[in-house]
Formats: sequence, C-alpha cells, structure tokens
Amino acid sequence: MEMEEKLTALLEEAKAEIGNAAGLKELESLRVKYLGKKGEVTSVLKGMKDLTPKQRPVLGKLANEVRDAITARLSEKKETLEQEALKKQLAEETIDVTLPGKKVTTGQPHVLTQIMEEIEDLFLGMGYQVIEGTEVETDYYNFERVNLPQNHPARDMQDTFYITPDVLLRTHTSPIQARTLEQHDFANGPLKMISPGKVYRRDTDDATHSHQFHQIEGMVIDENITMADLKGTLELLAKKMFGEEREIRLRPSYFPFTEPSVEVDVSCFKCGGKGCNVCKQTGWIEILGAGMTHPHVLEMSGVDSRKYGGFAFGLGPDRIAMLKYGVDDIRNFYLNDQRFLEQFKRKG
Amino acid sequence: MRVSVKWLSEYLDLSDIAPVELADQITLTGIEVDDVTLPSLTLDNLVVGEVLTAEEMADSDHLKVTAVDVDQEAPQQIVCGAPNVKAGQKVIVALPGAKLPNGLKIKKSKLRGVESNGMICSLQELGFAEAVVPKKAEDGIYVLPMEAKTGHSVLPYIGLDDAFIELDITPNRADALSMRGVGYEVGAILSQKPAFPEVTVSEDRSENISDYIHVSVDNSQDVPVYKMRVIKDVTVQESPMWLQRKLMNAGIRPIDAVVDVTNYIMLEYGQPLHAFDYDALESKTIRVRRAEQDEKLVTLDGQERRLNPGNLVITNGEKPVALAGVMGGENTHVTGATQTIALESALFESSVIRKTAQSLNLRSESSARFERGLNTAAIERALDHAAQLIADLGNGQVVSGVARVEAIQPESKQVTIALERINQALGTDLVMDEVVHLMDRLGFDSETSTRELTVTVPPRRWDIEIEADIIEEVVRLHGYNRLPATLPKSESIPGELTHKQQRVRDTRHFMEGAGLSQAISYALTTNEKAAAFSRVEGEPVKLDWPMSEEHQALRKSLLSGLLDNVQYNVARQNKHVGFYEIGRVFYPVTDSKLPREVTHVAGALTGSRVEANWQEDEQPVDFYAVKGILEEWFTVIGVSDEISYVPTNTYPELHPGRTAKVRWQGQVVGVLGQLHPQLADERDLKETYLFEIDMDALLDTDKEPLIYSSIPKYPGTSRDVAFVVDETVLHETVLSVMKENGGKWLKSIRLFDLYQGENIEQGKKSMAYSLSYQNPEATLKEEEVTSDFEQIKKALVEELNAEIR
Repeated sequence: MEMEEKLTALLEEAKAEIGNAAGLKELESLRVKYLGKKGEVTSVLKGMKDLTPKQRPVLGKLANEVRDAITARLSEKKETLEQEALKKQLAEETIDVTLPGKKVTTGQPHVLTQIMEEIEDLFLGMGYQVIEGTEVETDYYNFERVNLPQNHPARDMQDTFYITPDVLLRTHTSPIQARTLEQHDFANGPLKMISPGKVYRRDTDDATHSHQFHQIEGMVIDENITMADLKGTLELLAKKMFGEEREIRLRPSYFPFTEPSVEVDVSCFKCGGKGCNVCKQTGWIEILGAGMTHPHVLEMSGVDSRKYGGFAFGLGPDRIAMLKYGVDDIRNFYLNDQRFLEQFKRKG
Repeated sequence: MRVSVKWLSEYLDLSDIAPVELADQITLTGIEVDDVTLPSLTLDNLVVGEVLTAEEMADSDHLKVTAVDVDQEAPQQIVCGAPNVKAGQKVIVALPGAKLPNGLKIKKSKLRGVESNGMICSLQELGFAEAVVPKKAEDGIYVLPMEAKTGHSVLPYIGLDDAFIELDITPNRADALSMRGVGYEVGAILSQKPAFPEVTVSEDRSENISDYIHVSVDNSQDVPVYKMRVIKDVTVQESPMWLQRKLMNAGIRPIDAVVDVTNYIMLEYGQPLHAFDYDALESKTIRVRRAEQDEKLVTLDGQERRLNPGNLVITNGEKPVALAGVMGGENTHVTGATQTIALESALFESSVIRKTAQSLNLRSESSARFERGLNTAAIERALDHAAQLIADLGNGQVVSGVARVEAIQPESKQVTIALERINQALGTDLVMDEVVHLMDRLGFDSETSTRELTVTVPPRRWDIEIEADIIEEVVRLHGYNRLPATLPKSESIPGELTHKQQRVRDTRHFMEGAGLSQAISYALTTNEKAAAFSRVEGEPVKLDWPMSEEHQALRKSLLSGLLDNVQYNVARQNKHVGFYEIGRVFYPVTDSKLPREVTHVAGALTGSRVEANWQEDEQPVDFYAVKGILEEWFTVIGVSDEISYVPTNTYPELHPGRTAKVRWQGQVVGVLGQLHPQLADERDLKETYLFEIDMDALLDTDKEPLIYSSIPKYPGTSRDVAFVVDETVLHETVLSVMKENGGKWLKSIRLFDLYQGENIEQGKKSMAYSLSYQNPEATLKEEEVTSDFEQIKKALVEELNAEIR
C-alpha cells in the first residue's frame, strides 16, 4: 500500500503546486515534473512491474486517475493563466481612441459637375443619350438652325462672342440639337437626348452674370409627343433636383426654337410657397425654359414636322446651384477657392 | 412696357380685380410681369399747396422762406431751396409725416434757425426718373396747373393714384408694345371685349393735302407704307396735365404738345410717328430713299451722323431731313415757332431700322417698334388720331386728305388647323366649342367643319402665322395648370453613356480618389496664357471683339488656368492644393473655320500631400507623387502597358531637369513636370507640379475586351540585385535591359532602393531591384531562376557598365 499512499500524496502535492503556479512556464515545468517521461507519476508507474498481479490493476487504475486529475488541473490552470495573460496584454495595449485617425485625402467633384451628373443620370434612366457638341460653333448652327435668322430681334437676347463673322462661341447648347436631328434615323426609334456643356455670352462678370456658364438642354422627338409629356418630364426633374414635395407651374414665354414656349417655375424650396426672400415673396422660383420644338427647326433638319414633333427644355446648372445652395455670387464657381469647393464634398 | 392700370381701365372694366391679381393672371396666361407698383401705398401727406409769398432768406444765397397755403388754418412756413419757386405757384407739398421714395421722412424742422413745416417737392423727389421730368422742372420744383385744388392730395394730378404693371415683352409679342394691344391681351385673359373710343378727323376742306406735300418712296420693300398728314395754324404749347402725366408715368419726358401727341399715340397704338416743321422742309416733296455713302445729317440730339446706303433717310427731295424710324433731323424739328406740322406715319423694313439703330447706337422707343414689326391696320388710324389731337391741342386744323404710298394693305390671315392636331400636340381632350370660345376671347373669328377650324387673325396679331401659333394661343388661354402631366410613351431605348463619357467619369472618380479636387476654369483667357504650356503649333483662337484683355483667347492648355487657381488659393493661405480639371483646349486648324477641340485632363499640385501629424512626417508634393497618380490612372483606363516617359527640356514653363513627355504607343500624349522655379517665384508659389494629358488620344481607341487570367496555382520566387551605375543611367533603361534579358518567367520588376552619397563614388548611384519570377504551369526550379537571374546580371554589367554589389 505504500505506492497507493505515494500516489495520493503526489496528487495532493501536484494540486498545491499547480494552484500556486504563477506563469505558463512554471506550469510547463510542473507538467514535466509530474507527467513527463521522467516525471514522478511516471516513475511510480514504472514501479508497477514489482507488484503482484492482484495489486497491479488496482494500482493501475489509481495511477491513471491521479494522472488524469493532474492533467485536468494543469489544463484548467493553463486556461486561467492564459486568460490572465491576455487580460494583461489587452490592458497594456489600450490606446487613446480619441486621437485623430490617419488622414485619407480625397478630392471632390465640382458642385456644377454634381448638378449636371445628377441630371444626366435621371435622364439616362429614362432612355436619353448624353450628346456633347463643340464649344466653338458656326453662326449657322448656333442661330439660323434654331430659327434665329440674321437680324432677328431675338438675337438681342443673346450677346455673342464672335471669332469671325460666321464662327462664334456657342451661346447655348442648342446647336447640338440641330446637328443631332439631321443625323438621326427615326427608323431606329425616337430621339431622346440631353446635352450638357459650357456656353458663353458677352457679359461683364458680376455677382449674377458670367461670360462662361453651363447649360443642359434636353430634347425628345417622336410621333405623338405632347406638351403634357413635357410637363410630366419637367415635374420629375424638378422633384429630383429640389425635392419630392415640389410643384411646378408653366408660364407662357418665348424662345425662337420652340412654340409654344414656356418658362417653368418650381414652388419655393425654402418657404414651400408661402413667400420668402429666395422666391422674392412670390412662392415660385424660375428654373428653366422649355417648349414644343418649333416646326421650322425640325424642317430645317430634314424632319417631317407633320409626322414628328416633340419638346425641348434647357436649364442652367450654375443658376440651379446658386438657388439650391444659396450661393450669391456666380463667380465663385470659376475662382476655384478650395474653401468654397470643399463645402460640396458632402453629397447633397 | 409700363402699363398704367387707369389707362387700361379706359378700355376694360377692371373694377373687380386688384392690380396684383391682374398682374398674376397676365403672367400666367400671357406676358411675364416684372413688377407691379402702387405708389399710393407709400406716398402720403402730399398735397397741393399755393405759394403765397417767397422771400430770400437773410443769410443764404439760395434758400427761400415761403408761406404756403395748404388749406389749413394758417399758411405754413416752408424753407425751399429750388431756384424756380415763386409766389402764386401751385406746388407739391410734402407735409410732416410724409415719407418720400428716397427714404426721406418729412418732419417739422429748422433750417439755419428758421422753422420749416414741410417740403416743396420736385418730381424726382416723388420717384420720377430724371429722364422723364419736363426740362423746365428739371432743376427745381414741379409747378402744377392753377386749377389744382389747394389742400387736396397731389397724387391724381401727377398720376400716382394709379398702379403700374411692368411687362417684360418678348420679341414675339410686339403687339403688346401698345396700350391697345395690352387691352386686347388683358381682354382675352378676362374674357372681356375691350372698348376703344372712336376717332374721327374733322378736316378743313378748303385745302387739300396735295396743295402741301407729295410723298414718294424709292423702294417699297424698304418702305411698304408711308403716309403723311398736314396740320396747319397750330400754336405749339405745353401739353395739358392729363397728357403729361400719362407720358411721364410711361417713362417718356413731356416736351411740347406736338411731340407729346406723337409719343402718346405711339403708346396707344404702337405706331411710331414723326412730326416735321412743314415750313422747315422747304419743299413740297418727301422722298424716302437709302442714304448715300458719307451723306450727313444732324439729328435731333445735335449730333452729326455720317450715313451710308445701309440707312434709310427721309428727304425733302434733295437733302435728308430725318433718319427713318430712328431719329428726326435737327433742321426740321418742331419748335415753339412752328405753325404747320407734317406728320409721318409709316412702316419701315425692320432689318434696315435694326441695323441703323445698332450701328449708330441709337435705340429708341420708335426704332424698337419698327424692328419688331407693326400692326399695319393701325398705321392710318394712329395718324388720324394724332392729327386730330395736335389740331385740338394747338388750335389748328387738319388739312383734308392723306399723302400716301402703300405697297401693302392691312389684311387678316387665315390659319386652318385640325382639332385633333391641337389635342395631339397638347395631350388634351378639348372639343371644338372650347377652342372656338378661346379664339373668340382673343377677338379672332373662326369657322369650323367637323374636324377643322379656320381662324381669322387680324393684322394686330402679326406674330400668328402657323398651326403652332394657334396651338400656343389655345394652351395659354386654356391654362397650363390644366394641362395633364404625363411621360413620353415612346418605344423604350436604353440610355447609356458612351465608352468615352464613361471613361471621363471614371477618370474624375479616380482623380478624386487620388486626392485631387475638380476645378472648372475659364476657357477664355489672355493671349499669353492661352498659348502657354502648349507645344501645338499656331496662335490661339482669338475673339473678334473681346470685352477685356483677361478673356480674349481660347486656351490651348488647361495648365494656365489651373495655375491661376493654385495661385489664388496659396495667396489666401490655402497652402496645400491639389486640383484636376477636365476640359476642352482649342487648336487653330489652317483650312477649317472651326478650331479643333480636344478634351484634356490636367492637374496641379503644390504644398503637401500629407501634412505633418502626430503619426507621420510631412510628405511634400514631388514629381514622383504626381507620376504615381498618372501611372495608376493609366492602369485604370487600360493603357499603362504602352506608356513611357521621356525626359524633356523643351517646355520653357517647366523645370528642364524635372519634366517628362508622356508617350503612348510612341506618340506624345502629354507632359508631366515641375513648374519652372522662376515662374513659381513670380507667382509666389513653392514647388508646384503639373500634368496634362490628351484624353481624346487615349479614350478614342476601341475598348479592348478584358479577359481574366487565372490566379497562379504555383508559388513564384524572387531575386534581389543591387548594383552601382553612372547616375545618368535612367531607370527606364535599366528596365528595358532587364526585360530583354529576363527570361520567360520574369513577371515583375520593382525598384526598392536608390542611393547616392557617402560610400558611392561621385557621379554614380546605387540601385536595388527585386525581380519576381513565376511559372503559371509549374513550380519553378531553383536552377531555372538562377540561370535567368545570372543572365540579367551579366547584361547589366555588359550593357550598362554596372558594378554588381
């Protein structure tokens, strides 16, 4: 029975030592000490060969129990120690999470680009093509082909930068309509286009005038296009640009290339129509011009105006941006002051 | 056109509609209203006063002390500085409590110790523009006629008890440049028939017009209608108050009764008239012809005009007496001594008048009307009405008959349109009766069949000619607010960006991701800036007639503009700048009217990419930071394989040792470099780096299909090599030597160290590269790689004289 006692004592001793172990290293040496090849439990087991066959199974069972108990204690303790170590490590690794992050530098699109892209995307979604023309145009395409012959009084509405008597900086993006119309084959379906771009007028730059600004024009030509379609399309545009609750109203106006022609007001997005300084107390803000494409414009482009017709509209992204963001000086768009441009990093 | 609501009320019943509401309806149905003004809302305590005495003030050289009867218990003492104030005048008195349009509040006050209980006013002080005030009242107070009732409000006498609607008339609606035209328009809006007073001329039968004048025109295209009446025995005097106030409130200065009548009739009918002093014509002949080259005429304003055959002149048979449709001549204008008036009413060709008015910079109320066309039916009516009025106001007589040349007669037009056409264009379901009713409101007769109507359009609406014009009239009167809102029911076609448009957007997003912000600069700039940074031949495209030196030529490069932006920011303490711009540049083309427009992307960076912070050191912008952006962009747009960089010193604006041409497929597509330090100094800039690339050259190519290559299954291996070479050996040269001698498994080459200085011989540099090898089919064997690697080292030694370390 000597061995039995020895084993029991060994277990108690191991329990105590494991309990006191301070680190993983010490724990490992205890494992070796008790369970290693030359360990104390092992050496007790080695002494089994001197026992009687009757004693062997009894003692063997006990020895296994002792070994299992020590193993269990060891792994229990190991887990505890690892937990402690991790806790300690985490505590040591604590940082000041309020310190600033590493700066990621990104740029932003120009506010006018943002407006134009928003409009482009709306119309792309409705099956329009984006068509860009040249900024230098002939007098013929810029004026005559949009129903503004020489000496037409309406030419006064647009002061023009000429390069030669018949070459100029386009005053609107309308020449693209004439150029596209004369190319379009209606056998391939209707013509639905928008044309964004820079335009130029002989104006002295001040808070509300700029010799360079932007325009987006749209046009749809097909059989059976109605003015109600124009109204519905513009309603969609106004809601997209200024919010779902907006309403529009059409007022008679005049553009040589459309008839009937209208100017389009949107209900004031600042006061909702009650009247404020943005809408000059009227509740309405003028945002674009539109109309039904003039039959002369169609005929000049070789399109049969008895069969085909449609609408056109044009708006100024500069003006829209001024209204939408309360920008009070159009020159801000072309000075490129970072403090101005960066304000439009946040997506509207 | 400034419309007096009172005047309009002579034709229409406006008693049930407030001026502001009327203006709203006009805007929504017809013509845009710019403004509505109701002076009486703010003008108060303004009464007629009678000046009883006016004494010079003791110690003043210009002030007078007056006693003014304003129908109160006692006359009021008022100090007045106007030179023309006299006892016995009826004047405009602002009593204490009045607030004038210029903001002045009238109070009892003392001037140099003298009590003053109000103010005697000029018309300007009541808000009239200097240019409409009668000459004699220009420098002082306005004197009212004696019949003005003392103590009564002064507003009715000067027409300020009225409302004014300012119409912004578009070129197509010149019919509304007259009170009668506005009467028809407002009548249509309100469903009222305007009533216009009948005008009859009582002629003196004792003499006939042919005793006085004969008229002829050289070309009836220039002058389709020319008519003249003569009024004799006229005494030219001041106009009565009703006429003066109508003119002043319409923005026209009263002159004398004859000139005032011509202006008044022009306002009423839209027909410009001209009155000649008949005796000053010194002839019984009027001939209208083109001016001769350099023919001279002194116009009413005293200016001598040098004319040319582009101008039309009225002559007395020999010499010009007026510039047709634009301005009268000084030698024949009506004066106080004039007794006989020759009154002209005509139709001149609009483009001739337009060109003349433009070239002489003489835009007038009358030329503006001729330019936009006239109501042919009003030419003679206006003449008759004016002649009678001149006779009435000047106690004269209208000579019997009209001298005339007429190539055209006023005629109504007929436009036929199918009802279905109207509904189809508008998306409406109008029935025939509704359309007929709308036409009736306009005063147009219509005849209908089952499907069509034929509308008779009177000459007063000469803008209406085609179906679309009728459709416009229908829809505006029907009301745009009653139009349904639908979307086109067309065959659907996909809407998508073109390859190039998509790439431009990709480029924008890439540049923004790389930390650059988009700038939009002016395309028009100075001649010098337009040419800078471009190596493309030819002078920049220049404006014919620029408004300023700043904006007179089209840019050939985006860089000058971007540099201006950088400078603007740096000068305002925005020290770290990174901009890109995508825009057009313009190159002259020898045998083409139009320049070539090319889309470029350009960038400008200065300051730091990363500012020093608690974790990182400052990273100033340098050449390689900018080059890195371009390299990655070329990868994104799929052209990086064929891009190369060639050192260049041919850009005077750029640093000769830090500039590279960017080549793609052997052709130069752009440049990348440092702004020349001298130029940077001039602009007060630190090191600034620029790039500009021709996007069209890169994006116009066909899109190569992108095909996935499988991820290697076998491990690759790498070798490092370090060597010393002459400092003039380019990295690009090293790369090409390595690629040529690299063997088939060499996959990539990375420069990981570059060193010059201590321990390296002067004029030499140490370079270290890491080479990656990969066989996609199998694991590479050590010996294979080693032999390939040795080959490279050998080539470096032999071809670049490298010393392997």
